[in-house]
Amino acid sequence: MNIALIDYDAGNIHSAYKALERAARDAGIAATVTVTADPKVVAAADRIVLPGDGAFADCMRHLEAVPGMIETLEDSVRRKGRPFFGICVGMQLLAERGLEHGVTQGLGWIPGEVRLLAPADPALKVPHMGWNTLEPLQDHALLGGLPLGEDGLHAYFLHAYHLVVGERRDLVARAEYGGTVSAIVARDNMAGTQFHPEKSQRLGLGLLANFLRWKP
Amino acid sequence: MLKTRIIPCLDVKDGRVVKGVKFVDLVDAGDPVEAARAYDAAGADELCFLDITASVEARGTLIDVVRRVAEACFMPVTVGGGVRTLDDIRALMLAGADKVSINTAAVRDSAIVGRAAEKFGAQAIVVAIDAKNAAGPGEDARFEIFTHGGRNATGIDAVAYAQRVAELGAGEILLTSMDRDGTRAGFDLPLTRAIADAVNIPVVASGGVGTLDHFVAGVTEGHASAVLAASVFHFGTFSIGQVKDHMAAAGVPVRRDGN
Repeated sequence: MNIALIDYDAGNIHSAYKALERAARDAGIAATVTVTADPKVVAAADRIVLPGDGAFADCMRHLEAVPGMIETLEDSVRRKGRPFFGICVGMQLLAERGLEHGVTQGLGWIPGEVRLLAPADPALKVPHMGWNTLEPLQDHALLGGLPLGEDGLHAYFLHAYHLVVGERRDLVARAEYGGTVSAIVARDNMAGTQFHPEKSQRLGLGLLANFLRWKP
Repeated sequence: MLKTRIIPCLDVKDGRVVKGVKFVDLVDAGDPVEAARAYDAAGADELCFLDITASVEARGTLIDVVRRVAEACFMPVTVGGGVRTLDDIRALMLAGADKVSINTAAVRDSAIVGRAAEKFGAQAIVVAIDAKNAAGPGEDARFEIFTHGGRNATGIDAVAYAQRVAELGAGEILLTSMDRDGTRAGFDLPLTRAIADAVNIPVVASGGVGTLDHFVAGVTEGHASAVLAASVFHFGTFSIGQVKDHMAAAGVPVRRDGN
């Protein structure tokens, strides 16, 4: 299996690379992870991972700056149905628009927009930073075998904005932080997490392994 | 539920851990990568690296250390010390830092905080504040920012400064009491509470931990979102697990599935 990890100059990708390699090894999947900014490599990949650290507008600018990349993603993910996984801002970019530092158009693959967190309890600080548990909202292959819920495994969050989905069915799991934080979104062959699976130890590695096994 | 973070801090100089980490049987107690791996395995919630390298020329070693640490463990890392420009932040983040902490550069010109947040997102920008109580005998506590390891007074009020950097877009404050640092007398709770209650971003309490109860008090009385310590972990006084057990028993929610 060839996995393309897209390098578009939007933050560190070493951790995501290491985590994907480790998840594949743990799951007994023969996989080659290629860090790439080359649309041809992405077009040839079986699975595509889009990481992203930083501000929405800045990350989108960087993705648009790679010649041919968005067209290739549209073709591979939307038309050919290759499994896609977005991490943090890489997931947020699936939305129609982001509201961080002005309004920025996203890829528009999942209805919704990326908004500042507004916890109902004013004592809760923003950014939402640290380890939180997840509450599954539906059965999904990505969650297979993972102990979730209040007594389950933790995911590492580090964000002030999140993707507020336009359609509930696209939200696979939530975290509680003075209201709902979108933790895992998925639609068709596309999935993504607001938290960092590459920093979330057992939960993160298990989730990435599930993504590698996923047959959407 | 979001859990309170327990953060060990490593002082790194010329790419080596200063003082060494003695709580585990490390082959090389000065190797930051080994220390990081050990804390990862022990269930630390994050790791903090503070570069205390004196010369600018030797700073390249930090990039290499961050890269090797990020590759070796699946744990979030904050890196600070001598960060002056957006290029410094960018280089550390590309090497694998999840958050970068700015100290003196933000005191000199707080506008860097806003520029960094716009570029990298607020969540990645930590402002480190070193503060001391500058009140005279009999006066109410008045906390002032100090730089250069507590040697240089700035005359800047710590609470007002914390509010200003939070408004500019800082995502977190790493608050160190220069009165308490290294004393093991406990966090400066009035300082921690004054800052934590004044801003709507997480505050990490640092400086002075000596007992297990000090960790708890940092959260329950200091209102910190996370607690940081160095020597009590490095010298093996307490393990991460012991701290978490104690905090859980005191009713502070902590993450227990970390290895």
